[in-house]
Amino acid sequence: MRTDTLAAGEITGTRTPAVLLRGLTKKFGSVTAVDRLDLRIEPGEVVAFLGPNGAGKTTTIDMMLGLGRPTAGSVEVYGLTPTEAINQGRIAAVMQTGGLLKDVSVEEIVRMTASFFAHTRPVAEVLERAGIADIADRRVAKCSGGQQQRLRFALALLPDPDLMVLDEPTTGMDVEGRRDFWNAIRADAQAGRTVLFATHYLEEADAYADRIVLIRKGQVVADGTASEVKALAAGRQVRATLPGADEVRLAALPGVDRAEVRGETVLLHTNDSDGVARYLLTQTDARDLEITSRNLEDAFLALTSGEDTDLEGMNK
Amino acid sequence: MTAAALPRTEVDRRPPMGGFSLTYLSLEIRRVLRNRRSLFFILVMPAVFFLLFGLPQKGQNIDQANSAAAIAYIMISLAVYGAMTASTATGGAVAVERAQGWSRQLRLTPLRPPAYVATKVLSALSLSLLSVLVEFVVGSIGGVRMPAHVWLLAGLGAWLGSLVFAALGLFVGYLAPAENVMQFMGPILALLALFGGLFVPLEVLPHVMQTIAKFTPVYGVGSIARSPLTHDFSWVAVLNVVGWTAVFGLGAALLFRRDTARV
Repeated sequence: MRTDTLAAGEITGTRTPAVLLRGLTKKFGSVTAVDRLDLRIEPGEVVAFLGPNGAGKTTTIDMMLGLGRPTAGSVEVYGLTPTEAINQGRIAAVMQTGGLLKDVSVEEIVRMTASFFAHTRPVAEVLERAGIADIADRRVAKCSGGQQQRLRFALALLPDPDLMVLDEPTTGMDVEGRRDFWNAIRADAQAGRTVLFATHYLEEADAYADRIVLIRKGQVVADGTASEVKALAAGRQVRATLPGADEVRLAALPGVDRAEVRGETVLLHTNDSDGVARYLLTQTDARDLEITSRNLEDAFLALTSGEDTDLEGMNK
Repeated sequence: MTAAALPRTEVDRRPPMGGFSLTYLSLEIRRVLRNRRSLFFILVMPAVFFLLFGLPQKGQNIDQANSAAAIAYIMISLAVYGAMTASTATGGAVAVERAQGWSRQLRLTPLRPPAYVATKVLSALSLSLLSVLVEFVVGSIGGVRMPAHVWLLAGLGAWLGSLVFAALGLFVGYLAPAENVMQFMGPILALLALFGGLFVPLEVLPHVMQTIAKFTPVYGVGSIARSPLTHDFSWVAVLNVVGWTAVFGLGAALLFRRDTARV
């Protein structure tokens, strides 16, 4: 944990959140990209901003970084405006693509970027921590996609920011590049840095975040720990034909977290499909029984694209 | 690592001078010097032009009315040409950096846009100075002989006059976010140089062309830079330089403001 934020909290009795978004809204013409979004991130959290393309992740991140101005609502980064947070080196970002000069070497672009700040970590140190010390002399144009992304990460490490924001950082990387990249981020986050990353890969959110904020149509649709989201996504669906089913009674069965009756068909979402199947077959007239599993991907799709309303309970 | 990191005070965390530094400036200059294409246009081409078109005129005067050496006249003209190419290319590099997203990346740092533009202008001036010096060295080896004050004043004219073209480069750079800005600026610069009397004396052109030429951006800088040699300093030339600096400078400033305000 970072000593400075602790100290500030001890003095005032309230910790300044790393990120505080209140009623954040961004409209592009008639399109609302971000819709009254509220979010509070505490120092030290590793948060995944999860949602499909077009959910408003990048637009939200741009506003956090001062690259976009909110139509309504406010953004605070450690109690500062985004621009002030950038100027003080409190926030840094790894953007998805672009942003690198091609005709300089890896070491040169890091040294150049370091010159824009009042204080930075040593160039050699950030190269080492981003895992690109061995290609310091390589021209940026000759670096692979993964190496360029680690270079962006090295640049973001320079001001030793309290908050690191990564916008879909592994897009276009191969499996190995992706793993190396996340290992570097993870090692860094363990030292206490607050990390917010946007992704549309559920596995990435699951593997690397303490907390997952699901976003759809510019709004937070679910917000919880990775295990909460996993629990939500885990389980199986039991489907059967059962005339005259009692929805309330089925919902009350052990292990059933959701019951739905559609005419003669019942759909039970459960983490104990064996028990539910046994009950249906022995205690009721159910027939045509079917058990299907919902994988993480299905759950994610349901969470972010469907009209499901059963997630409201997860909203904080 | 973080506990021992930088002390987080609310003051003293912003860089002085908007993030301007000699580190950035020197890296910028090195970038241009490493680019063979730029080097060719800035340093090699003006020197080759001198060898091709200047040396054969050795020993001749400009014309019957003016006894100054034609070879010196050509050398100064080509120094102006090299300086203007260097400046325009350096300013125009903004277009490439915008296309590559570097300008956006810079907004994630404390570097302030005016410090960025100042770095570009100083880098343009450094390269145009180098271009003038190279042309003068080649000229002097090739046999140009002038009084010391003429060398100095003509050099200063060619060098500082290139500021007009740094502004032109920035103007174009903020106008077109294209990677190939110099590909279409190259021919335009050559045409402007022709109208500015850098390749052939304006006097050989038809009268109408001569009149038009006086309103083009290279004319002023060219004639001011040559005036220590030819002794025909004119306020029309000064007016030309001031006018075009205002046009390009204001244009660049307006586009720059639009670019940095865009969020």
